[in-house]
Amino acid sequence: MTAACGTRPVDESVQGAFEPVRGSSLFDPAEVARGGQLAAIGNCAVCHTRPGGKPYAGGLAIETPFGTIFSTNITPDPDTGIGKWSGADFMRAMHDGLDRAGRHLYPAFPYDHFTKVTDADVNAIYAFVMTREPVRAITPGNKLAFPFNVRPFLTAWKALYFEKGVFRPDAARSEEWNRGAYLVEGLAHCSACHTPRNALGAEDKQRKFAGGEAQGWHGPAMNAASPAPKPWSADQIFNYLRKGRDDLHGIAAGPMVQVVHNLSQVPESDVRAIGRYIESLSGPRSADLRDTPKEAEAPRIRSAAAANAGNRETRGGVSRANDGAAVFAGACASCHDPSKTTMKTVPLALTTSVNAPDPRNLIHVIRKGIWPQAGEPGALMPGFAAELTDAQVAALVAYLRAHFSTRPAWDDAPDRVREISRQVDEK
Amino acid sequence: MINLNVNGQTHAVDADPDTPLLYVLRDHLALNGAKFGCGLGQCGACTVMLDGKAVMSCVTPISVLADRQVKTIEGLGTLDNPGLLQRAFVEEQACQCGYCIAGMIMRAQALLEQNPMPSDAEIRRHMMPNLCRCGTHPRILRAVRRAAKSMQAAGAATTAAKP
Repeated sequence: MTAACGTRPVDESVQGAFEPVRGSSLFDPAEVARGGQLAAIGNCAVCHTRPGGKPYAGGLAIETPFGTIFSTNITPDPDTGIGKWSGADFMRAMHDGLDRAGRHLYPAFPYDHFTKVTDADVNAIYAFVMTREPVRAITPGNKLAFPFNVRPFLTAWKALYFEKGVFRPDAARSEEWNRGAYLVEGLAHCSACHTPRNALGAEDKQRKFAGGEAQGWHGPAMNAASPAPKPWSADQIFNYLRKGRDDLHGIAAGPMVQVVHNLSQVPESDVRAIGRYIESLSGPRSADLRDTPKEAEAPRIRSAAAANAGNRETRGGVSRANDGAAVFAGACASCHDPSKTTMKTVPLALTTSVNAPDPRNLIHVIRKGIWPQAGEPGALMPGFAAELTDAQVAALVAYLRAHFSTRPAWDDAPDRVREISRQVDEK
Repeated sequence: MINLNVNGQTHAVDADPDTPLLYVLRDHLALNGAKFGCGLGQCGACTVMLDGKAVMSCVTPISVLADRQVKTIEGLGTLDNPGLLQRAFVEEQACQCGYCIAGMIMRAQALLEQNPMPSDAEIRRHMMPNLCRCGTHPRILRAVRRAAKSMQAAGAATTAAKP
């Protein structure tokens, strides 16, 4: 996403540009179509499109701990996009993290993953992007603090953390597993958001898939540390990634909505393969834990309902505006209390957002709700940002955690609510 | 007792704290503009304004309303003297059965109070949560646009009249 940012000095140790691009009409339509599916798996458009902007024309501001990086224009516009890039230039960006002039790219563009994508797949993606509508859109300059804005930093960063390489299949595993591993570790770059990063912004390889960050959301752990009360099976991961919902885990929200939208358009076998590989990341978490019957969750849900009933006895009198139980009973129970609803909501006790180590996803969902992509069917939950004050959201979050999860309380939830509400106000 | 401020008037209401605002408006205060559609915050027929923003009153318990201002369609105008949006909806004949319209108008009112000159895309995005089963959405969008224009014209007239 940082390709062709003009603010970085050139690294003389690498060669300059390759031959200019051939005419886009020369690309094979089948190759272009395959590239489009690969670009969907790579989630390219999500970062390379700004809100309200043309697809792939870049300009999205990506906040990092080191400053703001703007995604670049990867449409084939010759002056502001990558219209002058040859296939070899594109290959080098994907595999080596260098732009057309040979300058190091910021690793917000996940070339540490794309380096594992095969030449054939990179060429197909190239054919796809070079046949998009060229859009003239100048990428704003990055706003990074010293030392992150100078060349030695990127040179050092790559020396420390960038490992060029190809994907090596594991012969002991099935073809499906290997296909999933290839996609997850390479193009889909799942661990970019699901792995903690170190002080220099590199993925902490010791804690791979142990939970990370994405656009102010928590990217839950995908390994044995997964907060899901029931371990995910390959089929359940498929349901979630393909349809945006698994009945025993939850509904896609936040940055995952676009991932699901993209994965709904690629070959089903690829999404199944991704599910197979991700399932294996948890190791042998016991199958009986996974297969606990649904009824096992019922006592917790019943006790929450009973707690609500008890709260209603204190009718009248003092204001209980900040009482999470009352908020739940009045705002949530009509859909989320199984004794009161025919809605097929995912039991709150099973959802990742209620069980995660970080309260932000639950706060985001309460405030914004869950909305399907425009024009597409999907689960709908209204947001409550206008209905509930920050204190009421915090009280509700505390109540949900206490009643639907066995995990410890989130002490930072009230601060997180204020932070998120302030960020929204500033936009 | 809970004190509710609705359309500038304070009402002492004797109801369970988890009672939805919609029930109190209709059953206790006889403000029948807001409608019960789904009761699940999925359709928007119950939309009213809370502190200037559109909310679904069917999933807003009165326990959260202390010291806050509720506005319903009854607060926008009367039959004899309809508000700008109400007039625009009549002029565009933007309703078929009319059930969703109070909610539509209140959601649009919240938009125009914050953004008097919304683009068509902003109107569509803002109005998304509210559904009309008769399918008058195109007319509803036209009515919101018309109200925005007449609001600007009124604003311009006021400015021009000033010395």
